[in-house]
Amino acid sequence: MGDNEQILDQAAIWRGEGKGVALATVVATWGSSPRPTGSKLALADDGAFVGSVSGGCVEGAVIEEGLKAIKDGQPRLLSFGVTDERAWEVGLACGGKIDVFVERVE
Amino acid sequence: MNIRLLNQALAASRSGKAAALVTNLKSGKQSLVQGHEIAGDLPVDDVIAAAIRRAWERDENDTVMTGDGKLFIEIFNPRLRMLVVGAVHIAQPLARMAALTGYLVTIVDPRSAFANAERFPDVTLNGEWPDDAMKQLVPDRRTAIVTLTHDPKLDDPALAEALRSDAFYIGALGSRRTHARRCERLKEAGFTEEQMARIHGPIGLKIGAISPAEIAVSIMAEVTQVLRAPVEQAKAERAAAKAREAAE
Repeated sequence: MGDNEQILDQAAIWRGEGKGVALATVVATWGSSPRPTGSKLALADDGAFVGSVSGGCVEGAVIEEGLKAIKDGQPRLLSFGVTDERAWEVGLACGGKIDVFVERVE
Repeated sequence: MNIRLLNQALAASRSGKAAALVTNLKSGKQSLVQGHEIAGDLPVDDVIAAAIRRAWERDENDTVMTGDGKLFIEIFNPRLRMLVVGAVHIAQPLARMAALTGYLVTIVDPRSAFANAERFPDVTLNGEWPDDAMKQLVPDRRTAIVTLTHDPKLDDPALAEALRSDAFYIGALGSRRTHARRCERLKEAGFTEEQMARIHGPIGLKIGAISPAEIAVSIMAEVTQVLRAPVEQAKAERAAAKAREAAE
C-alpha cells in the first residue's frame, strides 16, 4: 500500500468504528521543507494518529488543531515556519515553510 | 472531507487510474475528478479543469487562486510497480524494500524451487516465462523492471519486452562484461544502441554494495533517482525561470 493510501484507509476504518476523525494535508511548501505537498496525517478523537506532515516538528500542533476540527467541524489552514502572532505557532527547525490543511472527516 | 469522497479517493488510488482531488482551502468544499466524472460539492469549471490537466502532466500537486479562494489540487497517480525477474537471494530484501517504498511488487520466475511462498511470503509471484509474464503485466510509465537471474534464457526475453514498454526504469544485474554480451544478443535481436541505453547495467548506484541486502539498497536508490530526479530538475528549472522573470 502507498503511504497516503494507508493513511486514508486508516481514516476510513476509524470513521467506520464511529470515531471522530480529522485529516491533515500539506498543501504548500517553501524552502527546505521535509515532506512534499500531499503528505498526510490522519488522527482520531482518542489521540491515535498515522502519517506525518513534517519531520516531526509540527505534528503536535497539527494534532491539536485536528482535535478542534473534529469538535467544531471547521476546516483550517495552518502555516508553520512563518513568524506571526498566532498562539499555536511552532517552528520548523529546517528553516522551511509549510501550509497544512486540516479537515474533519464527515 | 466526506467519508464517501474519501472512499472514492481510496478506490481511485487503488484502481491505478488518473484522479485528482480538488479542495477549496477556505470553505473545505471538495471534488474528486476522474476523467470526465466529477463527484463532490466543489464546482469544477474550465479553469480548474485546465489546472488539473497541467498538474497531471507535471506529475505534481498544485495550488490555484480563484475568486472563491485558494484551491489545492492533489494528484492521485497510478501505483508504482516493480517487476522483479528472478526469485534469487537479492530479490528477497529487494521485494521488502520496494514494498516499503510504496511499490506493488511482482516476482517473475518459472522455477518453482526459487519462486515459492516459503522464500517469498506476502509477495505476488508469477510463474510464467518472463516474456509471457511481461505481456500479462503490461508495464507502464509507473513501472520499474529489474532482472536478476544472470541467465540469458530468463533475463533476455524479459528485457526485450521491457524495452518495448513504457517502463520508467529497466535494470539488469551482471558485470560490465556480462552486460556487454547481453547487449550483443539484444542487438542481434534487432534492438538499437539507443534503445538499449535504457537498460541500467550493471544495475544500481555505485556504493560498494556486497551483501544481497546492500545490493538491494543500491538498486532501490537508483530506481528512486530515475523516478524523482527529472521531477526535481524540472522544479529547479521552473523556479529559475520564475526568478529570471521577476528580475526583468
